[in-house]
Amino acid sequence: MKGLLLRDLRLAFRAGGGFGLGLAFFLIVTVLMPFGIGPETATLARIAPGILWIGALLACLLSLDRIFALDWEDGSLDLLATAPLPLEAVAAVKALAHWITTGLPLVALSPVLAVLLNLPAEGFPWLIASLTLGTPALSAIGSFGAALTVGLRRGGLLMSLLVLPLYVPTLIFGAEAVRRGADGLDAATPLALLAGVTLATLAAMPFAAAAALRVNLR
Amino acid sequence: MTLVVDALSCARGGVPILTGVGFALAPGEGLVLRGPNGSGKTTLLRALAGLTPPVAGRIDAPEDAIAYAGHADGLKAQLSVAENLTFWAGVFGGRDISAAVEGFDLAGLLDRRAGNLSAGQKRRLSLARLLVTGRPIWCLDEPTVSLDTQNVARFGAAVRGHLDAGGIAVIATHIDLGLEDVQSLDITPFIARTERQSADPFLSGGAL
Repeated sequence: MKGLLLRDLRLAFRAGGGFGLGLAFFLIVTVLMPFGIGPETATLARIAPGILWIGALLACLLSLDRIFALDWEDGSLDLLATAPLPLEAVAAVKALAHWITTGLPLVALSPVLAVLLNLPAEGFPWLIASLTLGTPALSAIGSFGAALTVGLRRGGLLMSLLVLPLYVPTLIFGAEAVRRGADGLDAATPLALLAGVTLATLAAMPFAAAAALRVNLR
Repeated sequence: MTLVVDALSCARGGVPILTGVGFALAPGEGLVLRGPNGSGKTTLLRALAGLTPPVAGRIDAPEDAIAYAGHADGLKAQLSVAENLTFWAGVFGGRDISAAVEGFDLAGLLDRRAGNLSAGQKRRLSLARLLVTGRPIWCLDEPTVSLDTQNVARFGAAVRGHLDAGGIAVIATHIDLGLEDVQSLDITPFIARTERQSADPFLSGGAL
């Protein structure tokens, strides 16, 4: 399992691995936002939690189809399916690798971009906490979507349609936690619900993804 | 450890391909599958490897005993030859890759990126993976594609060594591997003779 994780990370960081794609997208969306909306700091501060969360979510979505599609194309997925590793573990490790290469950099970049959007200082800890808790769910749900559409040519559109509804609870609770935090209110409740959603997806999604992979490998 | 296949029927995409396939292999025995294109060799091998569940019949093999090598090489272009082999060795329990490197003459290529190899070199690397799996039953689908005669002989020697060590090999191929005592099975008689039954009752116009 460690070998698979290291391989996926190495592939992502090497040339053509797609690392930075999500990060660049997140950067572009949040940097362009003040130009489109106008420079009023009060307006920006009010919408900053939502913008940051939607930006992170879409950035995550951008790289999802790479989780399994590349391994499917070159035949590695067939070989992994016949390896001693259970397919559930393969799905979980690949979701983890996706989170490390996509979710974690987004969390690290978000405070910098929050400054650009004039997020109140009280919101910063909640922004980092909610993204840290929420992005693993995005990767886990995404691995399920990627597994469902792995055999399809240009399956990205279908995958987005399948995955986005499942992202809604994470987005609602994540953005709500930051908004409350920025307003100086108690944000523990949405954060707890966000953690609950993440734990549930982490528990269920590897099994769902493995089941979808088995059907698609036939 | 034996591989016994009994009255096996397999389908691909809902279309029956083969019915009633049966054979038994003891340790040290090899089987070469013959048959025209589209006769179902790949489907049979994927069923043996456990990738496609059989429609009927049974496959008796010890659990986690089968190493599969299909048409695709399963290599990562961005990784070096050594990294590719070490990865698969790690997945299959951390074996030493030196025997595999030697068996397929990869020593001079270890630091090259797999993406820069020729088709034949990629194939050799893909076949070397079989040696690091340590699995006793090999299911190989057209393993000699894009290999030159010298490397076909090298591959034949690797299969010979595997069989002599008590392994089993099922190989779909059209060429002579230079293995004298392996059995040969023509799968043409087992091709499912049903008129293309559609899996979709609406398409087939059947009563529903």
